[in-house]
Amino acid sequence: MARMLGAQMFFETLLDQGVDVVFGLPGGYVLKVYDVMTDYNDRIKHVLARHEQAATHMADGYARASGKPGVVLCTSGPAATNTVTGIATAQMDSSPIVIFTGQVPTQYLGSDAFQEADHIGITMPCTKHNYLVRKTADLPRIMKEAFHIATTGRPSPVLVDMPKDVLIGEDELNIPKDVYLRGYKPNLKGNKAQIKRAVNLISKAKKPLIFGGGGIILADATSELYEFVQRLQIPVCLTLMGLGAYPANDPLYVNFLGMHGSYAANMSVHDSDLVIAIGARFDDRATGGNFEKFAPNAEIIHIDIDPSTIDKNIHVDCPIVGDAKIILQQLIDALPADIDTDRKEWLSQIKEWDEKYPLTYKQNSDKIQTTYVIDTLSKITKGDAIIVSDVGQHQMWLAQFYKFQKPRSWINSGGLGTMGFGFPAAMGAKFAKPDELVIAVCGDGSFQMNFQELATAVENNMDLKIIVLNNQHHGMVRQWQTMFFKSNYSSSKFQVLPDFVKLAESFGAKGLKASRPEELEATLKEGLNTSGVVLMEIIVDPEEMVYPMIQPGGAMNEMIIEPVDVA
Amino acid sequence: MRHTISILVDNESGVLSRIAGLFSARGFNIQSLNVAPTQESNTSRITLVTSGDDFIIQQIIKRFNNMVNVIKVRDLTEIKRVEREMALIKVNTTKETRAEVLRIADIFRAKVVDISPRTYTLELTGDLDKVTAFIELLTQYGVKEIARTGTVSMARENKKPKRGD
Repeated sequence: MARMLGAQMFFETLLDQGVDVVFGLPGGYVLKVYDVMTDYNDRIKHVLARHEQAATHMADGYARASGKPGVVLCTSGPAATNTVTGIATAQMDSSPIVIFTGQVPTQYLGSDAFQEADHIGITMPCTKHNYLVRKTADLPRIMKEAFHIATTGRPSPVLVDMPKDVLIGEDELNIPKDVYLRGYKPNLKGNKAQIKRAVNLISKAKKPLIFGGGGIILADATSELYEFVQRLQIPVCLTLMGLGAYPANDPLYVNFLGMHGSYAANMSVHDSDLVIAIGARFDDRATGGNFEKFAPNAEIIHIDIDPSTIDKNIHVDCPIVGDAKIILQQLIDALPADIDTDRKEWLSQIKEWDEKYPLTYKQNSDKIQTTYVIDTLSKITKGDAIIVSDVGQHQMWLAQFYKFQKPRSWINSGGLGTMGFGFPAAMGAKFAKPDELVIAVCGDGSFQMNFQELATAVENNMDLKIIVLNNQHHGMVRQWQTMFFKSNYSSSKFQVLPDFVKLAESFGAKGLKASRPEELEATLKEGLNTSGVVLMEIIVDPEEMVYPMIQPGGAMNEMIIEPVDVA
Repeated sequence: MRHTISILVDNESGVLSRIAGLFSARGFNIQSLNVAPTQESNTSRITLVTSGDDFIIQQIIKRFNNMVNVIKVRDLTEIKRVEREMALIKVNTTKETRAEVLRIADIFRAKVVDISPRTYTLELTGDLDKVTAFIELLTQYGVKEIARTGTVSMARENKKPKRGD
């Protein structure tokens, strides 16, 4: 076995794990790692972010686009605390990232040394697990465990804290072949008795419905879902995180469900007699938050890899814990040949709801409606792009009007709702999928939270498209103020905004702008067809609102359909 | 409802704060907590007593199971178990009360482990009710200090003896 520095072991283990890109920033206690890095630059690319939060979102975007773990490297103290928003974002949406932080030498731990923070304590609630490495020799094993934990079971962030003396210390490199953790063995296969019960419930159901979440995509179970749905002719609704798990152009696809989901989707959940939830966690935005009134006439089958999501918000009649891909296959195999798949009545009911209140918009003023932008973007790209959203109204309109056709083509901060996520996450997605068209769709508010990464994008000669929907407001805040605070627009309007075109140009990127509806399509087409980093600023109507809407804490059949309904 | 939860964990730094963190995240209080190594030096047993909404406690137990450092979790509340706690109680005494205190200690099978001219320090082992009753009785003499271990608990072995055992 070869003797080497901890810093070298770090890269040897990354190579062993198949890591080819690391997002990070150098600093005090990881300088040895950055020193050694030049020997590995031919095999592992380092993307120099301008802020550790953005580096973490990049790793997250990389993980979501590829399914492979995203890797962050940074120093201690402020660098580590900067990653926390990114870690919490990844945790809420079950994204596998591994964060490596430098730390003060072990003999200084807890002494308030320069740039010291308790990374383990701070990140304990927002990681699946975290490690403080105490000996150089332990580093490869801990790294291997960290990747294993991050990517198996319910994917999640894992942090590895590396004191300086561990990194500059020398020992023999020993990367263990296997990971053995006696307290960690995620269950993958569904319990046979539960599969049987589920099949029985499905056989009896008249109004079954798929309530599909992000877990389907994480489990790579979309083709199994498609087969299951086609075989049984069960209509499909998807949560915000589940978009792309089932093709939006398929006749059995109802729509996006939840607070801003379609009328038909929410009504069908409410009216269903069997909700089959797959890789979804029934959060308040997906269910309306009134857990007692959720699908009152339905039995509920809940398929999830994480036992702690079962019965958390909604009482479940038939839980099946395990991997969605495996369980869907088990269900398909267990279906009797003569199972009744005649859903004429149920499907026509759903169709009726959809025709009553379809998702629709009007572009009839001289101000560009954001919905019109999204619809145009959907038509131009035909779903053949990776759309990375920021957080706010535009995120909801993307979910409503963009027709996602394939998994991992929709990336957004669903659980934590992190503004500033979209642009760096899009960069990470582009590093994962260099041959695909990657489009960051941001609001003016959220883009301002991480626009410094324009430098990183240009520096890496990225081919990345950014749409900044500028309504001069925190749009969703404004909408809530309109609806629930008597239009008291407290601190939601920006008095000063940058000239986004000039801002892009100052970084060496291309800037385009559309202010009138007739300019929109040409601007989008020009922007998408121009190579390099292109920012398209679209001036949009600040008064447009997202409908329908379940009032916070409401039931799924209690929707505000149109502005006239607002009290 | 009161729950007694037994958790086998890796015996390493930070594990206790991971466990405690799940309670504070839900705004729950831990009534008593006992941690000590088991027969294997790399494993500790945590016995934790808490009370609260059963539904949320079930959630917390599931989250314990998800933890990498947690090897096994058991909610002992609904099953047959042995539960014990040890308490050290320093009680004030006078010439008049010394004999009386000793008698009470005797009845409870407590031991005198330290004596000073004006105090006895008594050691008592028992379940929660016994310890509570003992302390209540001693209050009239003036209890100076109490140190309690918190509950430790173990499921009863319910296998019937085999022939020849």
